[in-house]
Amino acid sequence: MVKVLIPSGALGLGYDKVALERALAAKPDIIAIDGGSTDSGPSYLGRGVSKYARSSTKIEWAGLMEARAQAGIPLVIGTAGTCGSDSAVDWLLDITKEIANERSENLKIAVLRSSQNPDVIIEALNDHRIKPLEVTPDISPELIANCTNIVALAGAEQIAAAIKTGADIIIAGRTTDTAIIAALPLMHGCHSGAAWHGAKIGECGALCATNPQSGVILVDFDKDGFTVTPTADGAFASPHTVSAHMLYENSDPFILYEPGGHLDVTKAQYNQIDERSVRVTGSKWVPSDTYTVKLEGARISGYQNIMLTLIRDRNYVENVELWTADIHKKVSAKIIDRLNLDLNDFTIEMRLIGLNATMGDVEHSQIRPSEIGVLAIITAKNAELADEISKMLNPYLLHHALTQEEEQPTFAFPFSPADISRGAVYEFCLNHVIELDDPMDAFPLETHQVGGQ
Amino acid sequence: MADLGHLTHKIRSKNAGPFWLTIDIFCGGKGAYDKVASGLSTERLASALKVSPDTVKRFDIADLWVVKFSFPRPQVQGSIHDRDMHGASWAALVSEIEIN
Repeated sequence: MVKVLIPSGALGLGYDKVALERALAAKPDIIAIDGGSTDSGPSYLGRGVSKYARSSTKIEWAGLMEARAQAGIPLVIGTAGTCGSDSAVDWLLDITKEIANERSENLKIAVLRSSQNPDVIIEALNDHRIKPLEVTPDISPELIANCTNIVALAGAEQIAAAIKTGADIIIAGRTTDTAIIAALPLMHGCHSGAAWHGAKIGECGALCATNPQSGVILVDFDKDGFTVTPTADGAFASPHTVSAHMLYENSDPFILYEPGGHLDVTKAQYNQIDERSVRVTGSKWVPSDTYTVKLEGARISGYQNIMLTLIRDRNYVENVELWTADIHKKVSAKIIDRLNLDLNDFTIEMRLIGLNATMGDVEHSQIRPSEIGVLAIITAKNAELADEISKMLNPYLLHHALTQEEEQPTFAFPFSPADISRGAVYEFCLNHVIELDDPMDAFPLETHQVGGQ
Repeated sequence: MADLGHLTHKIRSKNAGPFWLTIDIFCGGKGAYDKVASGLSTERLASALKVSPDTVKRFDIADLWVVKFSFPRPQVQGSIHDRDMHGASWAALVSEIEIN
């Protein structure tokens, strides 16, 4: 009934061109692709920028715009520019206009915005319309005011409103991964459980099949269920690959919360219908009493410098924990004294690469390698302070001796200058939902006519 | 005794949003699934990963020969003490757990 073409798990990851042509030949009704996620960390949302190269994004987006023009169907992207903030949406809008001008293509573009005004969120907090999700940082009006970016995750309703403008291309800010796929099937009266379930299965492209790097899949929705078909050579969906995708990045593999309700796949049936395709029925959509959308926010947690020292001397490798603990003690005392700070004003961490830099205290391995990298991470409340602290730490990492009796040792610095400024570092600080009277309340929708004649 | 890495097909760990980690143990067959489902207690996993067993959600999914665990991230993703942005390395520790 409604066929959705998903070219890839995300714009920027690439897609198989032959598979895309094959999928277009099956006459899809819409092309939907995700543009981001929180998975690369809080810096992208904090700064409101994309993690992918502009040139790669432009080449891949131009390919999808070409496919759209060829098929005469809408193209929708959710969570544009990795984080879906207004600045990231504008970045992709700018790329889109550039391509349209280069191709002399005249296009109607709908832009759905997800950035939130902190004052409005603070008002909602005071009105008790913001609710915490499971495992949630404490929030306050001050914390919200400190966020450099807050976005709300749009659902199917807001994407449907954007589709209804008749736009050729829809550039959406932050949305749930599934909303861009579920919207059109829901608009056409397809089974609601199937719409959301098929969207979840399809949101990472061919990750729900073999040959996952090929990207392209088709999800065909109807009144009772959905059918998923990868189109690349060597890509096959099976009940196992499809149902296993519910595990991916989900804390609960059977329940998925979305704006306006939740999906329950406990009773879903997965059947192989040909060598490539799987049909799924029995998924259930459970509407909620209140309409809520999730919020994401990031704020600056400090300013950071890092330094790397390499230890090859066997005695120092054997005693590196003592060495770093002694350095920490001595340099902290010096910083407190000379910069007139207290211990809460900065942190110095020295992670031992080769011993437990990945897992920290959770590591159980006792293997001692021939060399150890000491990754020093200095975090302070401003960049100048982080610089000062790392310069005070520098001589210790170069020359600190385990004992007073020995000659001064020297360790390996791979770089000059030894320290690297990372600038502002960010943290995720919201895991909440906001209640909305109308789904469009938090999501401005605008249209643009772009391109040459 | 055998470690989970040898006993199973694949072990994957991943963020489930910035505040949760999830670990999927793909056993690859009924024999391995039965061994893992009965031989790996939630307490054993929690103790190997130094997390509180009360916070661990467990899903034994016989149809997929999968045992799945989800728990709150000990450090929120990307916070200054987080060491693993994508939560990918927890799988390596799980693969070294030995069960009977």
